[in-house]
Amino acid sequence: MTVTDPIDPIDPIDPIDPTDQPGQLAPYVEFAGVHKHYGPNHVLRGIDLDIGHHEVVCFIGASGCGKSTLLRCVNALEEIQQGQIRVAGEAASGPGVDVDFLRRVVGIVFQGYNLFPHMTVLRNITLAPTKVLKLPEAEARGRAMTLLERIGLADKANEYPDRLSGGQQQRVAIARALAMEPEVMLLDEITSALDPALVGEVLAMVRELVEEGMTILMATHEMGFARDVANRICFMSEGNLAEVGTPDEIFHDPRDERLRTFLRRVTEARRM
Amino acid sequence: MTESTVTVPPTAPERLRATRPRVRTRLGSSVVSLAVAVAVVALTWWSLLAFRASFADGAPWPVTVVVAVLAAAGLAVPASGVLAVQAALRARSLDRAGQHATARVAAARARDMQWYVLGFGLTALVVAFLTFLIGTNDGSVREVFFRWDITKKSFRGLAEAFWLNIKIFMATEVLVLVWALLVAVVRRIPGRAGAPIRFLAVAYVDVFRGLPAILVLTLVVFGFQLAKLPGLSLLAPEQQLFWLVVLALTLVYGAYVAEVYRAGMDSIHWSQSAAARSLGLSQGQTLRYVIIPQGVRRMVPPLLNDFIGLQKDTALASVVGTVEVFNKANLYKSQFFNLTAVAVAGLLFLIMTIPLARFTDWLIRRDQQRMQVG
Repeated sequence: MTVTDPIDPIDPIDPIDPTDQPGQLAPYVEFAGVHKHYGPNHVLRGIDLDIGHHEVVCFIGASGCGKSTLLRCVNALEEIQQGQIRVAGEAASGPGVDVDFLRRVVGIVFQGYNLFPHMTVLRNITLAPTKVLKLPEAEARGRAMTLLERIGLADKANEYPDRLSGGQQQRVAIARALAMEPEVMLLDEITSALDPALVGEVLAMVRELVEEGMTILMATHEMGFARDVANRICFMSEGNLAEVGTPDEIFHDPRDERLRTFLRRVTEARRM
Repeated sequence: MTESTVTVPPTAPERLRATRPRVRTRLGSSVVSLAVAVAVVALTWWSLLAFRASFADGAPWPVTVVVAVLAAAGLAVPASGVLAVQAALRARSLDRAGQHATARVAAARARDMQWYVLGFGLTALVVAFLTFLIGTNDGSVREVFFRWDITKKSFRGLAEAFWLNIKIFMATEVLVLVWALLVAVVRRIPGRAGAPIRFLAVAYVDVFRGLPAILVLTLVVFGFQLAKLPGLSLLAPEQQLFWLVVLALTLVYGAYVAEVYRAGMDSIHWSQSAAARSLGLSQGQTLRYVIIPQGVRRMVPPLLNDFIGLQKDTALASVVGTVEVFNKANLYKSQFFNLTAVAVAGLLFLIMTIPLARFTDWLIRRDQQRMQVG
């Protein structure tokens, strides 16, 4: 009797050991004095932050505080006007940026999934490996099917994205990014568009990535999840890093007044 | 003082029942609609009979059949009127019996039937008007446009000429699809370096959308032949004419279709492009694998519109002396002093354009089903 159970995506996984702080490692993603303007809007106002390899950093803050923009700057989807971003020691901003290198090292998952609706799930995942990495079709398929089996969606390989639930679509989007075997994952509010009942399956997948040692930058409104998985949490306010600290420091000993207000509001909203 | 009786104010439903008129049976309006219906059908029959009588040497049997079918269909108008009166009478008797709710149902049916009288009646009037027009003046209108003997004599020649229209259309369509895509992609080239070539594309679209097609045809076909464009002499004279017509129509329709492509690509949300670029696909790959395939699906209806226009505009090739169907029909027109051949040419165009429209609708529906419901 062979039972090939797909991995139950809602299987709870122990949070990583909080004493395992990778702060000592060399920085893998570096922000130095990063400023970003959208016309007259000053969206990022001097961001300085070093993120280590295998570190998980969550960005929290009110909508419009700049956390999504900050993530999108890391893989050069957005240009910055001042400062420097480096990924794995290579420039990720400015005119000399090697976009090909950057986008192979950095994967991103968006709030709105952004799957390609005219392609099957399988094709969504194999497109970039075949066209960018020039993998043979069979190998790309193999890689995609392994990923789909891991997330329990192998039977959906030939479906079109519109037929999947939001949670399934977002898991496929994560698999699509993973198929490029990135070193860093940017997760841009990936559960914000989901039905509350579907958030769990997506977060479970993120936990797996955390366990595997993926370097993760995650913009999120899921405070509980951030507290569980993050090595550090960055609270952003009006384009600044208002406070950076361990989950303990951020949630139990917040110093910044804006952070206290933010946390109070979050707590009140939960109570309602 | 005697024990005062407390007067309870009436509730809202009670007030309404007291003040509302009894059931409107619609008997009067139903009788009127029946009268109108009878008048309409009488008028229709009269013009159908006049139409049939307009054939000098007796109507051929298909005409009789069509007239009979139309006359029978016209009966639907008074039939609806009769049903309306019937329902109204039932409503009245039910109302008198105190069954107000059922009476209202019957009255509602009476009103429905009045609407049928109106809808069917208007249709019958249009048919009556058209048959009257075609049959008027002892059938001379009909004779000018639809003469069976001329149809038989001219059909073969027209069909052969129409084959040229089809060839022009096919060749132009393929070229337009490729050429317009090129123009649309050029218009999307980013950055300052691309500005001059972008400008060229914009200028091309502006110029050729702004010029009448007939003018472009004249300029291109006559002009290039007069100027003895190098390379043109490699082709036989017939071929020269054909390809110059195709070139002129491609230039005109390329400008329209380039705009269709551009709108289609612009309609794809930028997040699709962001997703593709972040996976490492280049600008060109993003266009090819993500933007264009999705855009094309949205482009199909407006593209079809332009192609129907192109199919019709192949008739413009007649101004430069191509013996296509319209030119041929004009020859028959002069020969027989009758427009039947032109009408038949029109029919040939319809035979080609209408199935294309249906086919595209089917394509769109299939695509939507595949992407959404499976």
